[in-house]
Amino acid sequence: MIKIAVASGKGGTGKTFVATNIFYALMRKNFRAMLVDCDAEAPNSIAFFQTKLIKVSEVTQLVPVINIDSCIYCGKCREYCNYNAIFILPPMKIIQVIEDLCHGCGACSVACKYDAITEKPVSLGKVNLYSNNGEPLFIEARMNIGVMSPVPIIKEAIKNINNQAEIIILDSPPGTSCPFIQTVEPADYIILVTEPTPFGLSDLKQSVEILKTINKSFGVIINRVGIGNMEVYDYLTQENIPLLLEIPFKKEIAELYSVGKIASEKDFILEKQLFDTVENIILQYGSSYNKR
Amino acid sequence: MIQLKILFYSMEVAIISGKGGTGKSSISAAFATLNDEVVLADCDVDAANLYLLFNPSNEEERIFVTGEKAFIDYNLCTNCGVCINYCRFDAISFKNRRILISEIACDGCKLCSRVCPENAINMIPNDKSRVYAGSFRNGKMVYGRLAPGEENSGKLVNIVREKAKQIAKTNGLETIILDGPPGIGCPVISTITGVDKVVIVTEPTISGFHDLERIVELVKKFNLQIFVIINKYDLNLSVASQIKTWCLRKDISLAEYLPFDENVINAMVQKKSIIELNPELEISLKLNMIWYIIKNQKK
Repeated sequence: MIKIAVASGKGGTGKTFVATNIFYALMRKNFRAMLVDCDAEAPNSIAFFQTKLIKVSEVTQLVPVINIDSCIYCGKCREYCNYNAIFILPPMKIIQVIEDLCHGCGACSVACKYDAITEKPVSLGKVNLYSNNGEPLFIEARMNIGVMSPVPIIKEAIKNINNQAEIIILDSPPGTSCPFIQTVEPADYIILVTEPTPFGLSDLKQSVEILKTINKSFGVIINRVGIGNMEVYDYLTQENIPLLLEIPFKKEIAELYSVGKIASEKDFILEKQLFDTVENIILQYGSSYNKR
Repeated sequence: MIQLKILFYSMEVAIISGKGGTGKSSISAAFATLNDEVVLADCDVDAANLYLLFNPSNEEERIFVTGEKAFIDYNLCTNCGVCINYCRFDAISFKNRRILISEIACDGCKLCSRVCPENAINMIPNDKSRVYAGSFRNGKMVYGRLAPGEENSGKLVNIVREKAKQIAKTNGLETIILDGPPGIGCPVISTITGVDKVVIVTEPTISGFHDLERIVELVKKFNLQIFVIINKYDLNLSVASQIKTWCLRKDISLAEYLPFDENVINAMVQKKSIIELNPELEISLKLNMIWYIIKNQKK
C-alpha cells in the first residue's frame, strides 16, 4: 500500500481537483484505490462521485463533568489543566468546565482525589464511509459546525483506511498547521499543488519548509499555468524540487469543476498526465514502502 | 469641572470564506486601499500573505508561545512505560526498547510529565510564532505568523486583533479590516467573535456553495451582520444565481456578484491591490460600491 497526500499551503489552488482526478484515473485503471477527504472543515471531494453512504461513525471527545457534591474546590484539577478549561472560585463554590477549551486529555480526572470528576463524550464530527460498488472507496472526515479543531476527526478518518487498498489518496486541508501535519504525516509521498502567483509561492515555501523538517518526500504540481508569473519555477529549480506536472489554466476545466464534474472524464490528456505522474510516484516510492 | 471625553470606537470588518482561494486576501487588499487609512490585520496566521503586497515596516515584533510539547530526558527515563497509558493522543510508544514521544502527535497536555515517577519528562514551550506590527501605504498593519506545524492559531488571531484595536485607538483609525483564514474552525471563530460585520467571499462552484452553507451556519450562531460576495461569478452563471437566491432566503444583508478579471492576478504580481492597479476597472468600481454599502449599512 502507498499513501499519497495532496496538499497545499494556500487554499483554492486545486487540491481537491487534483485528488479527485487522480482517483478517477486510478479507478479507470482498476486499481484498488481509496480517497480520503481529510479537509474536515470544508469536505468537498466525495460530491464529485456517484456514491452511496454505507457507514457513519461518530467522533467524540471526552469532557469532564464535575460532581459538585463530592468537589471540595481544592483547585487541583485547574492546576493540572494545561488548556485553562476549568474555571474555579473556591470561596464562592463556583467551578465550571469550559468545554470549548477542553482537549479531553483526562489530566483533571487524574488530578482529582475526591472522585468528583467523571467524563462524558461530546460529538466533534463524523467519519463517513461511502462506496459506489459495495467496496468502501471513500472516507470523509466532517467536522461539526462550531467545533474548534478538526484534528481528532482527521485522525479517525485515517484509522478507517482499508488495509486491502493498494493506493490511498489523502485530500489534505489547507494551511501548514496541525490539520495539515496530521494528514501528511502518515503519507509516503506528498503532492503539493500550487499556482504561479506570489500568494501561491509564499504558501508553497511554508509547506516545503515543514515537509523538509519532518523528512517527507514530495513534488509539486503547478495548476493554472498561464496566469501570474514565473517566480515559482525559479524557486523549484533553486531548491531542487521535482516539478511533477503543469496543468494549464482553462476556462473549461474551471467550468467542469464548478458543477462538480471530473475534468478527466472529458480531458483525456489530463487523465493520462495525472495517471503517469502517480504511476511514477508509485514506482519510486511504493516499492521502498513495501520493503519497510 | 467635568471633562468631556470622546469615546473612540473603530468598526471591525472580518473577511472570511469557508473554502480557500476564493479571493479573500485580494478583496481585503482592495478594501484596505480604497479611501481612508485603515488598520489591516492579517488573521490568516497559517498562511499570511498580505504583507507580500504591502511590505509593511517592522515596528514591533512579539513572540507568541503557542503551547508546549513534552520531551524525554533519557538520562532519567527508566522506560517504565507509565506515561504511555495516560496519554490520550497516542503520542507515546515503545520503539527500539525506548520510550518515544511523537512531537507531531503530542498535544501538550503535560499529563505524562506530571505522572512520570522519575520526573524524566520536561515541557518545552513552542516559541517560534510571531506577531508583527507596522505601517503600510494606507495605514497600519498587523499580522501573525504561526510557525509551521504549530497549533493554537485561534489564540494568535486574538492577539493580532487586540493589537489591531490598540493601534486603531492610538492612531484614531476608524476601520479595522480582518483578513481571515479559510475553514470554519478555531482561527475562524476567533476572527469573527465580536466583530461588527462579516463579509463572506465565495465562488460559483458546488464546493464553494457547500462551504458557504457551512460558514453561514457558523456565523449565524454569532448573530452577526453578513454580506456575501460571489467572486468570479461569470465562471458559472447558473451556480452563481443559485447562490444568490439562497442568500436572499437566508436573510443576508447583501449578496453581490464580482466578475472574474485576470487583472486581479496582475495586480498581485505587481504587489498592488486591484484598486491601486486601476481604480477605473469594472471590478474596482464594483468593489468600491460594495465597500461603501458594507461600511454604511446599519443592521
